[in-house]
Amino acid sequence: MATEAQSAEGSGNIHVDARTPAGSGTGEVRRRDFLNVAAVSFAGVGAAAAVAPLLVQMAPPADVLALAQTEIDISKIQPGQAVKTVWRKQPVFIRNLLPAEIQAANATPAGELRDPQSLAERTKPGKANWLITLGVCTHLGCVPLGAGEGENKGPFGGYFCPCHGSAYDTAGRIRSGPAPTNLVVPEYEFASDTVVRIG
Amino acid sequence: MSFAWAKQYEPKHPLARWFDERLPLPRLVHGAIGGGYPVPRNLNYFWNFGVLAGIFLTIQIVTGIVLAMWYYSSVDGAFNSVEHIMRDVNAGWLLRYAHANGASFFFIVTYIHIFRSLFYGSYKAPRELVWMLGLVIYLLMMATAFMGYVLPWGQMSYWGAQVITGFFSAIPVVGEPLRIFLLGGYVPDQASLTRFFSLHYLLPFVIAGVVILHIWALHIPGSSNPTGVDVRDEKDTLPFHPFYTAKDGWFAGLVILIYCLFLFFMPNALGHPDNYIPANPLATPVHIVPEWYFLPFYAILKAFTVDFILPAKLWGVLAMFGSILLLFFLTWLDRSPVRSGHYRPIFKRFFWLLVADVLLLGWAGGRVASPVVVAVSQLATAYYFAHFLIILPLISRFEKPLPLPNSITESVLHGEKAESAPLGSKGRRDGSQAAPATAG
Repeated sequence: MATEAQSAEGSGNIHVDARTPAGSGTGEVRRRDFLNVAAVSFAGVGAAAAVAPLLVQMAPPADVLALAQTEIDISKIQPGQAVKTVWRKQPVFIRNLLPAEIQAANATPAGELRDPQSLAERTKPGKANWLITLGVCTHLGCVPLGAGEGENKGPFGGYFCPCHGSAYDTAGRIRSGPAPTNLVVPEYEFASDTVVRIG
Repeated sequence: MSFAWAKQYEPKHPLARWFDERLPLPRLVHGAIGGGYPVPRNLNYFWNFGVLAGIFLTIQIVTGIVLAMWYYSSVDGAFNSVEHIMRDVNAGWLLRYAHANGASFFFIVTYIHIFRSLFYGSYKAPRELVWMLGLVIYLLMMATAFMGYVLPWGQMSYWGAQVITGFFSAIPVVGEPLRIFLLGGYVPDQASLTRFFSLHYLLPFVIAGVVILHIWALHIPGSSNPTGVDVRDEKDTLPFHPFYTAKDGWFAGLVILIYCLFLFFMPNALGHPDNYIPANPLATPVHIVPEWYFLPFYAILKAFTVDFILPAKLWGVLAMFGSILLLFFLTWLDRSPVRSGHYRPIFKRFFWLLVADVLLLGWAGGRVASPVVVAVSQLATAYYFAHFLIILPLISRFEKPLPLPNSITESVLHGEKAESAPLGSKGRRDGSQAAPATAG
C-alpha cells in the first residue's frame, strides 16, 4: 500500500502512509489528508466554475452590445447648430461649430484649464468644426443643456448642466462648476464627409 | 440533537467561541448536518435522496432568481423575454436549461425519496409528521412547478394553465366563479400571468421553510434505516460529518453529472416542443400533456369517463387530489409495526406492484386517450386506490414478518467482530496493521 502511494506521489517530501491511524499526531501528511485536500479542492473548483454563469449573466447581453456602434448623417446640421443622437442609449451631442466658436476655443490657453486639452485634440484633423461629445455631464451624469435650439449654453457658450451648474465651453471643456473632466469624446470616425460612425 | 452520545459543538478557534456564545449558529449547523448528528451506520444509497432534493431546491432558487432578472411577466413580452434569455443574455441558455431540467431532476430525486419512504415505512411512528411535512413540500412543489411552466407563455404554458385551473370548475356551484377568481379573468391572461409569476417566486421560499420543519421533525427521532430497527447505542450510529457528508458529497457529484448530461446534451428531452410556439388563445395544441412528473395524476384525471352520482369531471378531479391526500393517512392504513419492507415478504411484492402501477399510470397519462389507454388508466387507477385502501390494511393484519435483527450493528456485522469499528477509529481488519504506527 505504502509503496504504491509513494510511487504515485513521485517524490519523497510528501510521505503517505496508509497505516498511520487517525490522530497519531506525527504531523506527517497521511493518505487521507491528501485525499481530503484533493477532493475538497476539486469540489471547490467545480463550485467556482458553477458560479461563473451566475455572474457573467449580469454583463450586457448581446442585443445591448449590438447597439455599440451607430452611424449618423450630419449633412443637415448647419453651422451653429447641434443635434442630440443616441449611442449605447446615451445621448451624444454633434455640434457644427461657428468660426467664432472655434476661435474662442483656440483663444483659451489650454494649460490653465482643469482638464487641459486643445480643441484640435478633441476633434479630427481637418474637421475642427465638428465637435462630437457624449451628452453626459462628467459630474454625476445629467444631460447638459446647449445642444437644443434656445437652450441655456452657460457662461462659456458651450454647454451648461442644470443639475449642479457645471459650465462647458465651445470645445466641451469644463470651465466652472463641480464636474472634474471635459465632456467625453467617444471613439468615432468619418465614414464619409457626411456620415459619422460612433463606436 | 437526538441521542445522548451526540457530540457537543466545541469551538476550536477563539473567534468561533466568541461567535458561538453570542449566536450559536455554528452549534446549530454542527448538530443538524455536522459531527453532532448521529446517523444509523447502515444507511444505503436510498438515504441520499433527501440531501439531493435539497441540492436541487437550491439550484432552482439560485437559477430562478437569476432568470427573474431578465424575465418580463407580460403577456406581450414573456415569450420574447425567454427567447432573449436564450439568445442574447450571457450564459442565459445555460441558466434557463439548468432551471427547466433542474425542475425535472428535483422531481426525480423527490419521487425516489418518496418511494424510499414507502418501502422502508418512514411514515410510521415516530416519524408521521416528517412524512406529512414531506407531502406538504411535494404539494407545494407541484404548485410551483405548474406555475413556473406557465411563465414562458408558450402554447403548453397557456393551455396547461387553462386545463389545470379548469379543475376548479368541477366543484359544484362555486367552481366556475372560483376559477374566474383564480385566473382574474375568463381565460388565462395578464392578471393570471402576473400572479403566477409572483407566487412562483414566493413558493420556493415557503418550501425552504417547510424543509426546515421537515428536517427538524426528522432530527427528533433521528433518521430511519434500512432495517427499520431503532438505534440502541452509540455503536449503531456514525456522526453525519464526515461519514455521511462524504457519502452524500460524492453521490451528489454523480447525480449532478447525470443532470449535466441532460443540461448540455439533451436539454429539451424532458420538455415539449409546442412550448416554443407563442401562446395562442384560439388554438389548442393537438396533443396536450403536462410535464412528465404529473403524468400519473393526469391519467387518474382522465380515467373517469362516466357520470356516477357525481359528474365524471368531478370524480376525476376528486380522485386526482385524493390520490395524494390519502398518503397523509398512510400511517393509519398500514398498521404493521415492522417498518422495513425487507422483513415483510408480502408487502414487498405489493410495493413493487405499486411502483409498476404508478409507472403504468405515467405511461397512460402521456398517451392520446384511446379506448385501450382509457381502460388501462381505469384499471391502474383502481389498483392505486386498492393498494392503499384495501391491500395495505389487509397485509398489515395478516402478514407474518421475518425475524428482525436485534440491533443495527448486528445486522451490519453478520457476526464479524473485526468490522465493528468505524474506519480509522480503531485497529483495522488486517492483523498486520492493527498496531498503532507511532513511528509513522
